[in-house]
Amino acid sequence: MGKILVFTEAANGKLKRSSIELLTAAKKSGQPFIAAIAGSQAAGAAPALSSSGAAEVHTFEDGKFDQYNPELYTAALSDLITKSGATVVLASASALGKDLFPRIAARLKSAVLSDCTELSFNGDKAVVKRPVYSGKAFAKVTFDQSPIQFVLMRANQLPTEELSGGSAAVTKHAAPAGDLKTLIKDVVKGTSEKLDLTEANIIVSGGRGLKEAANFKMLNDLADVLGATVGASRAVVDAGWVSHGMQVGQTGKTVAPSLYIAVGVSGAIQHLAGMSGSKVIVAINSDPNAPIFQKATYGIVGDAFEIVPKLTEEFKKALHK
Amino acid sequence: MKIVVCLKQVPDTETKIKLGADGQSIDTNGIKWVVNPYDEYAVEEAVKTRDAHPGSQVHVLCVGPKKRTADAVRTALAMGADEGILIDAPENLDPATTAQALAKAIQAEGGAQLIFAGKLAIDDNASSVPQMVAELLSIPHTTVVSKLAVTPESVTAERDVEGGAKEVAQLALPAVIAANKGLNMPRYASLPGIMKAKKKVLKELDLAGLGVNTVALTKTLSLELPADKPPVKMLTGDSGAQAAQLVQLLRDEAKVL
Repeated sequence: MGKILVFTEAANGKLKRSSIELLTAAKKSGQPFIAAIAGSQAAGAAPALSSSGAAEVHTFEDGKFDQYNPELYTAALSDLITKSGATVVLASASALGKDLFPRIAARLKSAVLSDCTELSFNGDKAVVKRPVYSGKAFAKVTFDQSPIQFVLMRANQLPTEELSGGSAAVTKHAAPAGDLKTLIKDVVKGTSEKLDLTEANIIVSGGRGLKEAANFKMLNDLADVLGATVGASRAVVDAGWVSHGMQVGQTGKTVAPSLYIAVGVSGAIQHLAGMSGSKVIVAINSDPNAPIFQKATYGIVGDAFEIVPKLTEEFKKALHK
Repeated sequence: MKIVVCLKQVPDTETKIKLGADGQSIDTNGIKWVVNPYDEYAVEEAVKTRDAHPGSQVHVLCVGPKKRTADAVRTALAMGADEGILIDAPENLDPATTAQALAKAIQAEGGAQLIFAGKLAIDDNASSVPQMVAELLSIPHTTVVSKLAVTPESVTAERDVEGGAKEVAQLALPAVIAANKGLNMPRYASLPGIMKAKKKVLKELDLAGLGVNTVALTKTLSLELPADKPPVKMLTGDSGAQAAQLVQLLRDEAKVL
């Protein structure tokens, strides 16, 4: 029987939903699991991890971990993974997870499977499904001769359960010694308080059909009612209406929310590559032949400027806001 | 300064994906192969950096079946790279083995001060190789880079993270930089550039010659196409009726509210 190490992340003092998904999956696997967290959120999240059902909790609370430094994190986590005897490492396919775990995997002569959308276990081997070819196919993959199995899961793909009742001991780890060739100079905060597109459960996305940058306000209003994050097509990012961080699609972000509302987005193949994994897709477009309708669950042909404000009102009523 | 670009050749985004007979890979017949879009930013940044640092050279390394990858390397040469090296390898080589091949080839070529790559390849979507190459060479890395300043001793890179935030890191050279969109505007190859690239002799290496350990770390069980979606449900009526109907469907039928 293997042992699973779950690397978690927290924000504003609370474990991220994506991390609760991983802990839930580890618990359900029936294999023993331990939890780890690093950085300025570690101390605050430790009690939640302790009660999650994990057998052990490991934290890296030293101020050196406050900012993500790939070299420092690689040294600390590789050491923990090796000493813990874990054979499976579950982490989120977040900005940090995707940067860090391939490097750790290389150090431990192991493989990492990133951006996974499904996870199960066949004995002590993890079996995952992951999108390839820009979401035009899915590969079912397992590990072969990888000493450690690194799995990076996309957010919002696994169910969560209330995790409580445990009382694991929390072990604090010091920062490893050694010179670093990487110096983090600054972390510039984003302007948005909302969830990142890759973590959002609902996304409202705008395209060229919105005619000008100022009309994104209409989408912001709709997103506020839904607790959604606003995305955009490549065309409007390239036009400079919104920042590149908002781009959904091939050279932007790949997203898979429960609900994706595309407003005035025609649905170029590069855009579809980034969002076709969404559970429910709503397309609002004035052109009945727009390719987005082929991927949509519900479609409305019409004037976005008329429909979106009415939709915002209807959602307000339905959600009692 | 010696600059290396790690390049991958991938099926064009517009290509229709068909499954191969083995059920584990795609049917490569009729596929149009292109330079991985993110690698174009890597090539552009490498060429720009070379031009800003006289005496520098850009070497392009590409792992994959040399029969087809030569085209991708010549595209990079036409954009301004100086030398091309093909590392012959079978289709669908996994990221860990690819990284090993690149790291060993870089060492065999006498190392590099700056190594560029794209942040991910749009075929296997692994976003792993640049970090792995850096680890195997024991040098620092940063990924998803949208802004870069290079001095002879170090680079300062801006990396895009969640919520529009940016992490600014200074890395001592040598280092690996994985490019994001926004780093630059890749140039088009010029006609004289294309003519010159055609005549260039490409160096050839292979996995065995580099001493790459090809033990399989992962195993693809199957490849499947996405399930067919039920046809779209078009909502009719005036905009008020459409809005009301949509909210009702999302709540009661799709149950996503």
